Amino acid sequence: MANVLVVAELLEGKARKTTLCAVTAAKQIAEGTGGSFDILSIGEGAGAAAEELAGYGAGKVLKAEIAGGYTCEKYAATVAEAGKGYDVLVACASAYGKDLLPRVAAKLGAGVASDISQVHTDGGKLSYTRPMYAGNMFGTVEILSDKQVVTVRQSEFEPAASSGGASPSEDVAVQTDAAADKVEFLGVEVVKSERPDLGDADVVVSGGRALKSADNFTNVIEPLVDALGAAMGASRAACDAGYVAPELQVGQTGKVVAPKLYIAIGISGAIQHLAGMKGSKTIVAINKDKEAPIAQVADYFLVADLFDTVPALTEAVKKL
Amino acid sequence: MKILVSIKRVADPDNASKLKVSSDGTAVTSEGLEWKMNPFDDWSLEAALRLTENASEKNARVGEVLLVSIGPNDEHTQRIIREGLAKGAERGILVEADEGNLDAGVVSAILKAIVDKESPDLVVMGKQAADGDSNVAGTKLAEELGWPVINSAMNILTRDDGKTLEVKRELDTGVATVKVTGPAVITTSDRILQPDSVQNGVTPDDHQYAKLEVGGRYASLKGIMQAKKKPIDQMALGDLGVDTAKSLNYTKFALPPARSGETTFVEDVADLVDKLHNTSKVI
Repeated sequence: MANVLVVAELLEGKARKTTLCAVTAAKQIAEGTGGSFDILSIGEGAGAAAEELAGYGAGKVLKAEIAGGYTCEKYAATVAEAGKGYDVLVACASAYGKDLLPRVAAKLGAGVASDISQVHTDGGKLSYTRPMYAGNMFGTVEILSDKQVVTVRQSEFEPAASSGGASPSEDVAVQTDAAADKVEFLGVEVVKSERPDLGDADVVVSGGRALKSADNFTNVIEPLVDALGAAMGASRAACDAGYVAPELQVGQTGKVVAPKLYIAIGISGAIQHLAGMKGSKTIVAINKDKEAPIAQVADYFLVADLFDTVPALTEAVKKL
Repeated sequence: MKILVSIKRVADPDNASKLKVSSDGTAVTSEGLEWKMNPFDDWSLEAALRLTENASEKNARVGEVLLVSIGPNDEHTQRIIREGLAKGAERGILVEADEGNLDAGVVSAILKAIVDKESPDLVVMGKQAADGDSNVAGTKLAEELGWPVINSAMNILTRDDGKTLEVKRELDTGVATVKVTGPAVITTSDRILQPDSVQNGVTPDDHQYAKLEVGGRYASLKGIMQAKKKPIDQMALGDLGVDTAKSLNYTKFALPPARSGETTFVEDVADLVDKLHNTSKVI
């Protein structure tokens, strides 16, 4: 029997959807082992977020109000203390989860299975499958320590649906940590976008180095993105060149996405990029070079100059 | 400034699609693939070198970079350490260990033992290894040391004569800036290779490094010659007195399922739209 604590991820006082993906994994672990799950709402606005998180079937929602910007040093001791009563701690393998949970695991002496794609509970025994080698290998791993710490790949766990009901909430004490005094949060530039989140969009349109400039992203890619109601992504090369912001990077070191439709424009398809998108249901490549490695994963390939083709595609989409 | 950089050998990440699984399904085999320096470590080494040199005087060294690699004591691991020494690091340590006996917890325990002995001002690490893709060891190390960790750093600027660092780190939703008082652990993002990613107070702040497309700097011929004389200390796990009990056990490996279907080359935009609308029904 494994009792599970979900560590929620808050952004501006609201739970990010990543939290609900972690809830889904927690339910699988709890149901498969005859345990239960709770949620820890932590950060600025934890109280309000706890109310929002009360409708997902958790035994209770713990809350720890911590003001100011996030650093893992500020949160880890509180999460570890709250986690002492649980067998498994789960968060999404977002930048936040990958930053916070290993620190918590070290405090608890726990092993970490990170970025898992599947939970197994055969005979009540927990193991996890996770992508490795940029998605070219899947390993199944058991955690041998008393406590288990797990981060889950957002694209592999559907966000939990609200189940109604209201989990009771409970305050937990905020713990201090000497390491937290060594880091001063100076600020964050949060990128505001009206578009869907890259992590959970149904359609993603990504551009690569062949776009040649930030202006071309604005003038060529963005109209197609908006015509499709899509999220915009990019290859590492395009992010490095400064054509778009780094958080739009799709790949082994960026976001991993698995939308219903992924359109790769002017992206050759390095193995590190494929790692971030090859789980997409339908993949379209638009590229001048029909030998480009993106062809290994593309369902549809249009061999063409993107500057001629993409505006025409945008117009055609608008007419649908 | 003294910086410890951990470097791991990994099966050539650009050919990871050629990996195979052993016949009993319990091991990954990388036969035929060259061992390479984990690219994420290579980027971290680049950051560490920039922090410890005067780039306006032919990259004159003004600090020390210590490389640590944990793995089999063979020609491949040694070659990777030499590669780092040729790029400019001062010395290396090879901790002999069977890769099957390592996980992020054991690696962080080993690195902690070396940090305790060497007292670096910073540890700069790859945020993940291109084989395990875990993103765990750096943060665990920081916690075990009681140090702060800054993950996915894209920009490192020294302040207050090097006593503090102003670091920009990448988030899912933007970029955060923090001021950290060392010693600290830093893991780096792809953007650490940008021409202006590091200010160390010695190299002029407006210095622009050459654009690096893929990895860190190449070694110069002179660097390669010098590296042959630089020391590599070799030690066994037992020498460090660390707990080598693993907390993870991999029971099975499998290749990813192949994508179903072939690539259809479409004629033109109208054909593409037709296929997406009528066949795949995704728009």
